[in-house]
Amino acid sequence: MSNRIDVKKTYKLFINGAFPRTESGRTYEIKNAKGVFIANPCLASRKDLKDAVVAARAAHSGWNKASAFNKGQILYRIAEMLEGRRTQFVQEIVLVTGVTKVKAEKEVTESVDRLVWYAGWSDKLSSLSGALNPVAGPYYNFTVPESMGVIAAIAPESPSLLGLIDAIAPVIVGGNTVIVLASTKAPLSAMSFAEVIATSDVPAGVINVLTGKKDEIAPWMASHMDIDGMDISGLGAKSHGAVRIAGAENLKRIYSFNSADPGRILAFLEHKTVWHPIGL
Amino acid sequence: MKFDYAPAPESRSIVSIKPKYGHFIGGKFVAGRKHFPTINPATEEVLSQIALAGVAEVDAAVKAARKAYTTTWSKMSGRERGKYLFRIARIMQERSREFAVLETLDNGKPIRESRDVDVPLAAAHFFYHAGWADKLEFAGLGTSTKPHGVAGQIIPWNFPLLMLAWKVAPALAAGNTVVLKPAENTSLTALLFAEVCQQAELPAGVVNIVTGNGSTGALIVNHPGIDKIAFTGSTEVGKIIARAVAPTQKSVTLELGGKAANIIFEDAAIDEAIEGIVNGVFFNQGHVCCAGSRLILQESVADEVIEKLKRRMSMIRVGDPMDKNTDLGAINSKEQLLKIRELSATGDDEGAQRWSAPCDLPKKGFWFAPTIFTGVTQSHRIAREEIFGPVLSVLTFRTPQEGIDKANNTPFGLSAGVWSEKGSRILWASQQLRAGVIWSNTFNKFDPTSPFGGYKESGWGREGGRHGLSAYLKGVGHE
Repeated sequence: MSNRIDVKKTYKLFINGAFPRTESGRTYEIKNAKGVFIANPCLASRKDLKDAVVAARAAHSGWNKASAFNKGQILYRIAEMLEGRRTQFVQEIVLVTGVTKVKAEKEVTESVDRLVWYAGWSDKLSSLSGALNPVAGPYYNFTVPESMGVIAAIAPESPSLLGLIDAIAPVIVGGNTVIVLASTKAPLSAMSFAEVIATSDVPAGVINVLTGKKDEIAPWMASHMDIDGMDISGLGAKSHGAVRIAGAENLKRIYSFNSADPGRILAFLEHKTVWHPIGL
Repeated sequence: MKFDYAPAPESRSIVSIKPKYGHFIGGKFVAGRKHFPTINPATEEVLSQIALAGVAEVDAAVKAARKAYTTTWSKMSGRERGKYLFRIARIMQERSREFAVLETLDNGKPIRESRDVDVPLAAAHFFYHAGWADKLEFAGLGTSTKPHGVAGQIIPWNFPLLMLAWKVAPALAAGNTVVLKPAENTSLTALLFAEVCQQAELPAGVVNIVTGNGSTGALIVNHPGIDKIAFTGSTEVGKIIARAVAPTQKSVTLELGGKAANIIFEDAAIDEAIEGIVNGVFFNQGHVCCAGSRLILQESVADEVIEKLKRRMSMIRVGDPMDKNTDLGAINSKEQLLKIRELSATGDDEGAQRWSAPCDLPKKGFWFAPTIFTGVTQSHRIAREEIFGPVLSVLTFRTPQEGIDKANNTPFGLSAGVWSEKGSRILWASQQLRAGVIWSNTFNKFDPTSPFGGYKESGWGREGGRHGLSAYLKGVGHE
């Protein structure tokens, strides 16, 4: 057995439910903590981002219309699929980051559990942030949360899997679609997680995963006129100002988070107020 | 048969306008250095001289607000803070006629609207938010919420007092202190509000009012002593503000432009819809960010609606805003009138058909007859850009989905109207429309309990209700 040559995986992008290579043909080298070569993931280009936005926009209408129950079930399904592949994720985290197996197991466990936590929010958001408004007149008046549209999210460098889940799950649970840029240093978990997504009944285009350089891709995201919001938690603080300036062109909602809480979900929801007269 | 109405002018004797005003800083009126005139747009009469705040005045106002925040307002219990807001609401009600007359003189809007809409709603906003002051832990942001500190607030000329109330009431209830700048053309009711603050014995510096133009607004936006910016105005200026604060830690809410669709399905109650269309676009001379300025008609009823609409528009009484019978008052400024004329001219140039209601416009002042354009297509400037005047662009559709697609074909997303007698269609359309406020079988309704604000390029955040209040509190989890 020791003479067997491994079958290594080519790490590609995840756009519109498929796994294309970057159209640019660019890659970069990932080495482990000891300097040993691991993989050549894609350096996503501006065109890859545009393709992902087109897919995310096309997927939005259907995902937005899916019932909260359905969305919750699909998020839970992602957790089920991840649970079944725990070993692979632990191995990849250990391989790339050099952390102990115990630490990697802890991250994967928390990732599964957090997906389950996010899944449960899908049908509680309108109780949390909706309202029946007692207006001074004969009108029925209510406010409901609704998805914002297409959101671009930048996952933190570390933890590469748990951070990715915090970038994806709170965005999609409310009906948005997402383009997520993975950890640059440790993108393997993200690309393997795309395989989990691809087998979890998530409609094509709802989640799109890119790998590459953050300071290259973030400004493209910020200036893209068909992206409605951005989570820049995984982007270095010194780049936040420039991204916010570029994002002002279409008044993108741009946020940075430091914890996993419902505020993270609500940040990418719009609130719609509907009036109707009451009368005979 | 033609009905004539005898004039029913409201008396202006209830207001006393000073020949010159200063700023309201640290609880006192302080003299301005430079001044500019404010006029009655219905007569072009100069009403008063308004002070232009520069670096020194804005700085003094921010310092006064900071001092009040640190020494008084942030230390006071919510219960006590709330009582000041209740006092303000009551005094505004007591002096409501004075506010209404002054608003109409300075703004040009009909006295019927300032008396029945602007002023009562402004008082209601204070009353509503007063009750929040001692209940902030139930506002949905957890039990450890905090105010931002000093809020810089910049408001427009279309609803001067009401926009002041939308800004100041939630800010104070949440425990912030404010530096407010009213619009250049409409400062008088804000300065009267300063007197209300004095009568309410509001601690000095909690509310500071500096008057001026866009340069004063920029000084507020860029002042390092400001923690939160709230702005209502154009999308163009909103983007400038968004860029200016981008590298800072300032929190921002923006209520910006709109190009609302008012969709009439073939099963609508047509006569009620006609009233809704008229109220939707001609309320406040169309100087309304959420005005229903795109009428989107199902083809099968288009001819009928247009004919009835023209008949109804012919009955709109345009003229003296102080006359209690007046429906449509003066355009707020010469500058705005020129903008309305220019954009309307593009409607002619691009091939739409203009029709204006026959009416005699006064010789002096700024006026524009209620106007509709038919034959408008989605690419026309009058279908894309905010005219902010009494001008309606009419488009048509065949299938419900086409109506929704046309309604959503805009970078704005503030409001929309839907008219149908079928409940399921109303709810379906309300879900499909990408806008923050949906008026179904009604239009242009506002209430302090009801969140108001836009999707997309219509702004950031909501005003009114728990959602509006939260903009003045520091939440948890995100900036």
